[in-house]
Amino acid sequence: MIPVCRLADLPRGEAYRLETDPPVAVFHTDDGEVLAIDDTCTHQDASLADGWVEGCEVECPLHASKFNLRTGAVDAPPARLPVRTHQVVLEDGVIYLLLSDAPPNLPPCAVARAGGGFA
Amino acid sequence: MKAVAVVGASLAGLSAARSLRQLGYDGRLLIIGAEPHRPYDRPPLSKEFLAGDIDEAALTLEADGEDLGAEWLLGTAAVGLDRRERTIRLGDGRTVRTDGVVLATGAGARTLPECESLAGVHVLRTLEDARALREDLARGGRLVVIGGGFIGAEVAATAHGLGLEVTVVEAAPTPLAGPLGQTMGQVVCELHADHGVRLLCGVGVQGISGGRRVDEVLLADGRRLPADTVVVGVGARPCVEWLAGSGVALRDGVECDAYGATSVPGVVAVGDCAAWYDPTAGCHRRVEHWTGARERPAVAVTTLLHGGAAAPQLPKPPYFWSDQYGLRIQFAGHAAGAESVTVEEGAVADRSFLAVYRRAGRPVAVLALNQTRLFTRWRRRLATALPAACSS
Ligand SMILES: Cc1cc2nc3c(=O)[nH]c(=O)nc-3n(C[C@H](O)[C@H](O)[C@H](O)COP(=O)(O)OP(=O)(O)OC[C@H]3O[C@@H](n4cnc5c(N)ncnc54)[C@H](O)[C@@H]3O)c2cc1C
Ligand code: FES
Repeated sequence: MIPVCRLADLPRGEAYRLETDPPVAVFHTDDGEVLAIDDTCTHQDASLADGWVEGCEVECPLHASKFNLRTGAVDAPPARLPVRTHQVVLEDGVIYLLLSDAPPNLPPCAVARAGGGFA
Repeated sequence: MKAVAVVGASLAGLSAARSLRQLGYDGRLLIIGAEPHRPYDRPPLSKEFLAGDIDEAALTLEADGEDLGAEWLLGTAAVGLDRRERTIRLGDGRTVRTDGVVLATGAGARTLPECESLAGVHVLRTLEDARALREDLARGGRLVVIGGGFIGAEVAATAHGLGLEVTVVEAAPTPLAGPLGQTMGQVVCELHADHGVRLLCGVGVQGISGGRRVDEVLLADGRRLPADTVVVGVGARPCVEWLAGSGVALRDGVECDAYGATSVPGVVAVGDCAAWYDPTAGCHRRVEHWTGARERPAVAVTTLLHGGAAAPQLPKPPYFWSDQYGLRIQFAGHAAGAESVTVEEGAVADRSFLAVYRRAGRPVAVLALNQTRLFTRWRRRLATALPAACSS
């Protein structure tokens, strides 16, 4: 389990970007849920932690595709692939992450970067 | 309603078709498109696709395996609408009967008279346009872009990245002054100079010359710009000629109320072809942005299926983005009518900043260069702020 931050340090409506590889975004929704997904949009290189959260959906800050924070499903173009979700554990007021071992759906540009190449 | 025809098979048309099914409409659904293609995404045509970073498959707008249960009539334009017979006439001679109509015919690139006859002179609106331009840019050499708007600027930036020698010619004293205002239009157009792209402002184009292929652009002040390739980026006009005489009221585009209804019952309009009434500004405006074409169809389709019973929801302020020289430009709201614009974060000189436009002390628009996180917050704040006045 990876410790993220104290729950008290992540106000409702805010997101925290964890600099793992690839990075993970942890959201505290307005309804008080804490949910985690891959931070990089599946369309292009945008950080979903910078996005617009409404209910349990985040709208990509660039081209407005919306991802469900619970399932990772994408509702509309331009993104066409779901984003990977991660399990969140709350213990003694601290947020922990259990990283998914499913393959991520990274956009072409981010894949090139992670691989050390420069497309 | 037993049959609905969506005219225009691009972003707004596809979004409308999706909304129809989401709202439970299970009748006949026809999607009529002048282009032979399934819906594809246009913004990359001046950016990643033109640069050769992504291929055509990446442009598709439909999800894998998505099935809307629609009949696609592609490669044929609608040429007439008969409101009494409730029919649409197609260019190939067919006629389709329908109970409801969604107009989503978008806009077409404006051109200059010389465009047709000379090789090497391009506009950029369709996939075919982009393929042809990409091929010509691969020849290298000198590119002249006529028009310093967003599409012109993006083409200039992409071509510069491909190694071409680029000049942008803009008739107005400041490019982008319309959408961004004078001050910020000036800031954003300085990006060209940052990268060694020449920008000539306040001078019109007299003509384009050449034999079979273009070789020069002639300016109104007598200067001649040698050119191997020319891109004409002088805006777009709504594709509504085919509706003349149909009874659908037209202005700059199809005139709609605040929920997409046209002057003809059972006919709504969305996307770049539609001029919706903006209640906060008290006038009609045609919004030529991707997000508008994607979000408004849900409202228009509700109008179509349930009459005027659409939820009176305040629309989000219009939002668009542009990518130039590796910088992310984002804008939301209306710059027209703003009395001041101030940089609230970062610095113009660093090409990383956020600027807020205000009218009577209240924010009406926000512009960001490489400030995505802060921009999202401001965009949200704007959604609850005061109306902007209409300029036109
Ligand atoms: C090169 C380029 C770059 C862009 N970049 C950005 C950007 O970075 N950010 C942004 O916010 N916006 C951008 N835009 C704008 C955005 O793409 C448009 O707002 C969007 O495509 C509008 O969608 P639409 O479906 O209303 O119209 P369109 O995409 O224009 O589609 C209309 C469709 O209707 C068809 N049609 C027309 N007449 C008929 C007829 N009589 N019968 C049947 N079919 C017909 C057309 O052939 C076309 O396929 C860009 C546009 C272009 C061209
Ligand atoms: S980068 Fe997220 S939708 Fe394009």
